[in-house]
Amino acid sequence: MIEIKNLTKSFGSLTAVNNLSFSIPEGQILGFLGPNGAGKSTTMKMIAGFLTPTSGSVSVCGFDVESQAIEAKRCIGYLPEGAPGYGEMTPLQFLNFIADVRELSGSHRKEQLDTVVGRLHLDQVLHQSIDTLSKGYRRRVGLAQALLHDPKVLILDEPTDGLDPNQKHEVRELIGHLARDKIVIVSTHILEEVDAVCDRAIIIARGKVLADATPAELEAKSQYHNAVKLAIEELDAAVEAVSRIPEVMKVEVERESGRLIAIPRAGHNPFTAITKVVQENGWSVDELSMERGRLDEVFRQITQGSETGEVRS
Amino acid sequence: MNQIINIFKREITSYFSTPVAYVFIVIFLILAGAFTFYLGGFYERGQADLLAFFNFHPWLYLFLVPAISMRLWAEERKSGTVELLMTLPVTMIQAVMGKFLAAWAFCGIALALTFPIWISVNYLGEPDNGVIFASYLGSLLMAGGFLAIGSCISAMTRNQVVAFILTVVVCFGFLLSGIPMVLDAFRGWLPQILVDAVASLSFMTHFNAISKGVLDLRDLLFFVMVIGFWLAANAIVIDLKKAD
Repeated sequence: MIEIKNLTKSFGSLTAVNNLSFSIPEGQILGFLGPNGAGKSTTMKMIAGFLTPTSGSVSVCGFDVESQAIEAKRCIGYLPEGAPGYGEMTPLQFLNFIADVRELSGSHRKEQLDTVVGRLHLDQVLHQSIDTLSKGYRRRVGLAQALLHDPKVLILDEPTDGLDPNQKHEVRELIGHLARDKIVIVSTHILEEVDAVCDRAIIIARGKVLADATPAELEAKSQYHNAVKLAIEELDAAVEAVSRIPEVMKVEVERESGRLIAIPRAGHNPFTAITKVVQENGWSVDELSMERGRLDEVFRQITQGSETGEVRS
Repeated sequence: MNQIINIFKREITSYFSTPVAYVFIVIFLILAGAFTFYLGGFYERGQADLLAFFNFHPWLYLFLVPAISMRLWAEERKSGTVELLMTLPVTMIQAVMGKFLAAWAFCGIALALTFPIWISVNYLGEPDNGVIFASYLGSLLMAGGFLAIGSCISAMTRNQVVAFILTVVVCFGFLLSGIPMVLDAFRGWLPQILVDAVASLSFMTHFNAISKGVLDLRDLLFFVMVIGFWLAANAIVIDLKKAD
């Protein structure tokens, strides 16, 4: 359980995090979204106990991160942005150092070391200095370090940044397969990631929470939620017929691909009506699908809306 | 205590896993030897003591100790590992102490490797080994003082070169504050008590006192306090500079 109350951090005149409050129950994977400079990293650094809040409080596993810093840090695994590591050490030396500091000993220590090395496929690079590793491996060493003591709370600042698609997939799998009683906070600006791994998404910009919902709820805010994509030979006729359907608000046409996208009125689902129109006219359909919504569009709408609002005030 | 040892171990291994340690030790030994025999006139003096050897330590340390201390925190800040270190269940004091003690132990190793000169002088004559022991102790304490200053300055910047130069300058100030030429400059416009205060801050004065074989508690305490003061400042600087 993580509780964040009225968390504020200012650097001089700049307020990076502004009166943030939310709590995260056990077992939740939270996606932390926001444009660059929104205050994501600053918030995570405060939860991890690196930065001291200007005001407000954070409690992790029942420990206040300021007054009971050591206890709180014991139950957190943290991957800082960019996955820093001691370059001159090998991953094995580095993980051993972390195990020492995390006070792992005996068979438990060996077990944990074997587990993280196996899970993150580090066996091949264990004896090579971290400086010489590729970005992907360095990131994995950082993840291994965060997972080593099997923490209750895992804070990952952009864990997939700079990884290739395969590695991204692996990291997501890994997060998805963590034990169910853990809290995971992942910051990212890759929206598909939120969709793929998170139970909940918080969008922040300029240090404030703009949206706090499940990825599905966020998708439902998109104007493309339930939009129907139709690829068809008789494009012009179809555009005309589909625009006449009452549930359809607008029809977008993509000439190059010979497709139309029917955007529904809020709260309506035009799928059945469109299939009916297609059947009635006896058109041959190349593609017919329904969209769940576009997170990037929702993201833009929410974050840019706040910026123009800010200018007006 | 355990955490201090863990951090100490990590630091000291990292010294020896890069060429820095070996380069440092070799240069230190060559320079210490060269100063003793050529500038100090070890043989020409015709006396069985190591004064010619220890006299040059302050000047050797002035340039070599900042070379060790410059990376202590600047490197952690530059590579971002400071964020990792400070989010491990380690207190600030443990981190500062662990790193400082590792650097100090490393200086100790370099200093201990000068033992052939002690053997030589014992072979050539009958020196007062008590005085030599006191001098070694004084030299180690002085190195600790320089290191603590360097550690604190290293936490102020991400740039190791800047850390090196600033440390040399500050250490130079502490070295020279007891020399008559410097004190004369103050004497004209400062009350005597402040001139004495400046003089008492001099590493040279305290080191010379110890290396004469007089183990005065005040001289020992001076170095211990210098180390304590600069390490406390070090912790505060890290805390203040965390955000940038």
